[in-house]
Amino acid sequence: MITKKIYLYFPKSETEKPIVCQLIRNFDLTINIFRAKVTPEEEGYLSLEITGTQEHIDQAYEFLSEFDVIIQNKGIHWDSDRCTHCGNCIVHCPTGALHFSDRTTRTVMFNEEKCIECLSCITNCPFGVCSSAF
Amino acid sequence: MTKTYAEINEKIASGKAVVLTAEEIIDYVDKNGLEKAAKEVDVVTTATFGPMCSSGCFINFGHSKPKMRISEGWISDVPVYCGIAAVDVYLGATELRQNDSANMYYPGEFRYGGGHVIEDLVAGKKLQFFGLSYGTDDYPRREIRTMFDINDLNQAIMTNPRNCYQNYNVAVNTSNKTVYTYLGILKPRMRNMTYSSAGQLSPLLNDPLYETIGVGTSVWLAGSRGLVYAQGTQHCSDVERDENDVPVEGAGTLALTGNMKEMNPEFVRGVSLKGYGVSLALGVGIPIPILNETILKRVTVRDRDIQACVIDYAEDYPQKTGKVLAKFTYEQLRSGQVELDGKKVAVSSMSSYNKALKICNLLKAEIEDGKFLISEPSQRLPLNQGMHSLEIKGPAK
Repeated sequence: MITKKIYLYFPKSETEKPIVCQLIRNFDLTINIFRAKVTPEEEGYLSLEITGTQEHIDQAYEFLSEFDVIIQNKGIHWDSDRCTHCGNCIVHCPTGALHFSDRTTRTVMFNEEKCIECLSCITNCPFGVCSSAF
Repeated sequence: MTKTYAEINEKIASGKAVVLTAEEIIDYVDKNGLEKAAKEVDVVTTATFGPMCSSGCFINFGHSKPKMRISEGWISDVPVYCGIAAVDVYLGATELRQNDSANMYYPGEFRYGGGHVIEDLVAGKKLQFFGLSYGTDDYPRREIRTMFDINDLNQAIMTNPRNCYQNYNVAVNTSNKTVYTYLGILKPRMRNMTYSSAGQLSPLLNDPLYETIGVGTSVWLAGSRGLVYAQGTQHCSDVERDENDVPVEGAGTLALTGNMKEMNPEFVRGVSLKGYGVSLALGVGIPIPILNETILKRVTVRDRDIQACVIDYAEDYPQKTGKVLAKFTYEQLRSGQVELDGKKVAVSSMSSYNKALKICNLLKAEIEDGKFLISEPSQRLPLNQGMHSLEIKGPAK
């Protein structure tokens, strides 16, 4: 079993289709939705974590390619060049995705795997280091 | 064993000076003892990096043809102060962008302002200047709109009335709603706490009685060769101090200046504080000459020897009650969690120890290379100075 974090862009033409439901039913995938903004008649985004066998995930990707849906893989971007390592974000990050990688030099690092896209880093970072793809 | 500024400078110039950071000196003195270390070590580098709201810069644009006495101006839509000579302006770090909705839709985002313009200038970005004037016989031009970058300016001199607060409050929120402050977002019912100091690396915590840092001291201001031009505003040295003379509250401040054309953009950073406003985070490094054992003893101060006061930013800070909820050392604060009123509270910082440490090392390298000489202050900072409150008075009769 493997787990992948992706986000999907839905153009207007695809927003009324029950794509996620089919991913679960047809490919036996476990889906954990972090964020969703998919409204009929509007373009939208869906950020999720999918867990399943490699074979099922490959099949799911192939299934998705039949739609006009774009698969991307970074819902939250952490700009390491802009980070000043103050650590203000750390108490606001509920999963420890943002953490001190080295306590002596107090260097902040971002572990994408742990991020659940709650967006609290975007609200709290004084330097605009974190940004959302949507 | 005493040394003079001149002797230390001779050693620096000949590349023989022994320089340690404020972090390294602690173990060094532990191992070698004060007497030996005072003989061997010439300079200790201190530094801080964090938001410093009382910052800004004077800019001279040069004269257009025909000439103009700028009376109102905006850089990238951020208003600048024009109440000085024709093409001089002052840009303040906390100035909001024109038409920023501020806290009208609370809490405001404050994405761009004076601090960001200063960051962009130092980073060499092209910015837009828009100026207006009423027109005079000698300065007939009434409007100007042009793109420019820092290289087009005659001068860009950072001039900060208050930097490097000696120590600072620790903020917490005891109320039932989130409060938005210059120390970040404080969650209700003491769910988090923020401090803002480089602690054992911070310049004035390593020189608590201003024995070497004074008016005229050369400083490393974001990579430029700056200096202390005056006591900082709100310099208030007459405060409660621990046995080591280290103050437990704000206390001393420095007014700093430096040439922005020489600055490193890594250490000049615009700050957006949700629900509060904009500011500028700055990196400052100050060398402390080890003139004698007393001065050396002071730079061995550790996070565990420095206390800071916890203040409730929901009530006591805004209402100026003077109430202190607790005191913690920087060692406790840096652990990431403290206990207050029987409750474990997560702690974070607005000031970057990582960048402060980097600055200590950059300054150390410059001194070792003979590129940065120390300077003796021409005036000492006031030692027993208090601070007035503003009394609201009726109109003059």
